[in-house]
Amino acid sequence: MEGFIHQIISGIATGGIYASVALALVMIYQATHHVNFAQGEMATFSTYIALVLIQLGLPYWVAFIGAFSISFVIGVSIERVLMRPVANAPVLTSVGVFIGLLLIVNSMTGWVFDYTIKQFPSPFPDKALFGGFVSGHELGSTGVTLSVLILVYLFFRHTRLGLAMRAAAFNPVSSRLVGVRVGWMLALGWGLAAAIGSVAGCMVAPVVFLDPNMMSGILLYAFAGALLGGIDSPLGAVLGGFMVGIIENLGGAYVVGTELKLTLALVIIIAVLTLKPSGLMGRRVYSRV
Amino acid sequence: MKTFGPIAIFVLLAAVVPTLLFSGYHLFQMTMVVVYGVAILGLAILTGINGQISLGHGAFYAIGAYTTAILMSSWDVPYWATLPVSAVVCATVGFLVGLPALRLGGLYLALTTFALAVAIPQILKHKLFEDWTGGVQGLVIDKPDAPFGLPLSADQWLYLFSLAVGVVLYVLAINLTRGRIGRAMRAVRDHSVAAEAMGINLAMLKTRTFAVSAMYTGIAGSLGAIAVAFVAPDSFSVFLSITFFVGLVAGGAASIGGTIVGAVFIEFVPNLADLVSKAAPGAVYGVILIAMMFLMPQGAGGFIAMIWRRLARPGGQ
Repeated sequence: MEGFIHQIISGIATGGIYASVALALVMIYQATHHVNFAQGEMATFSTYIALVLIQLGLPYWVAFIGAFSISFVIGVSIERVLMRPVANAPVLTSVGVFIGLLLIVNSMTGWVFDYTIKQFPSPFPDKALFGGFVSGHELGSTGVTLSVLILVYLFFRHTRLGLAMRAAAFNPVSSRLVGVRVGWMLALGWGLAAAIGSVAGCMVAPVVFLDPNMMSGILLYAFAGALLGGIDSPLGAVLGGFMVGIIENLGGAYVVGTELKLTLALVIIIAVLTLKPSGLMGRRVYSRV
Repeated sequence: MKTFGPIAIFVLLAAVVPTLLFSGYHLFQMTMVVVYGVAILGLAILTGINGQISLGHGAFYAIGAYTTAILMSSWDVPYWATLPVSAVVCATVGFLVGLPALRLGGLYLALTTFALAVAIPQILKHKLFEDWTGGVQGLVIDKPDAPFGLPLSADQWLYLFSLAVGVVLYVLAINLTRGRIGRAMRAVRDHSVAAEAMGINLAMLKTRTFAVSAMYTGIAGSLGAIAVAFVAPDSFSVFLSITFFVGLVAGGAASIGGTIVGAVFIEFVPNLADLVSKAAPGAVYGVILIAMMFLMPQGAGGFIAMIWRRLARPGGQ
């Protein structure tokens, strides 16, 4: 029983990371109907930036905020330079551009920061809490991801800018008519998604260690989480991310073993898409032909 | 077929020149060009012509390769006899994968196949199949010698064998895509609703296309396994699937001739780029992918075809 509870708690901790990446995916999907295959690699790159800042001697949280802001700028520039021209292109083109971006960011990470596996510091004390059920890092990282998710929620619900961004994603034509600068809203969305990715990267790196391919598996779980919750629902994506984290941990511990954890993500993706394509909280999409 | 002459000359040259001039590693590279060509051809039938985007064809390549390796090492089946088996296995798997794919439009299919590509090395490593697959270690198979006492080295024979298989598969693919079925595939890609209204059975056509495509890439996997004489789970990582996709885009998604350009590209460019740095092949792939999408959406094949049309009809559009 203790083992079971422990698996659920650490499932929630990893689920928080999947939830952040899933939220980043959903934010871009909602605004552009593109799935950002490079989301994971971008987050890895941001994590390296944080590591460099830490090695320069900055305190952890300053480096964390620094990586967050730099990622934001990178996200905005990628949207402006690369994604703008293919906004209305066929799916094959956009998939091609995203895969190209994935390859470029991945090899740039390897080239700039080399391929050796690096340790990444955790800002939280390394000791077991609550009678050994949860480690300091698990509790801390869950706290950080949850507060980021709540901040994002408050931003979208209760600020003018957040409302404008939602409007731009929901109905670009009408938003433009009432004076929302739709193009910049999309770019801001990209920046925010990249910044959220950097949080996920910094929180997962102490656990899985930092190397250029760190996020490829995590991206898969985030896909699964986003689809499970409904790819057009931010709240659904967050819940889906947590659920996938728990399913993955329990499945890995009791059902399929750790060697097939990634296959579990594949199974979740296929199951959701065939049984309930709109996910748990997504809207059903009807199209006129 | 008025293009028969040039194609026959091309095949003849492709058979004679490398066999006589190249040796050892360079001949092996030519064999891999043929292998990759067939693999990308499978992807082109599915993605380019039928419009179903797959980022996971490395999985079918892996299944083909493992089918051949297991048959050769566990049951001593001769290498040539493994190809039909692997074709059947991969076509079946492709058909089954194609069933859920029916419900997944464009992007979702790309996502699911991407997930398949990420997961496949893990599945191959799993201890349930370890007796057959050799687990992480993989399987070593024997390189075949030339039969009937032909005066050819193993490398030369392997090249000619792969080329012969490749030529047959290319001819079949050209016939398939030029005929009624090929037109139906394109119709489904361009406007599925209209295609259905014209009496095309969408589900049947899409799943069968998936099967044919998987069969092609699977046979390529078999040939690749024979050529490399070794299979291991980590040679079939997601990067292989992405490589096929890069080759497809570089050659031009819907162009059959372009798949050869794409195969040459993915065989030689990484080797050249590797001289610069370990990170360079990925970066080159990425830059090429994005550049192709922006500058030549029809790929090199489409670009050459466009130049050809301009030259053939001077003054015309």
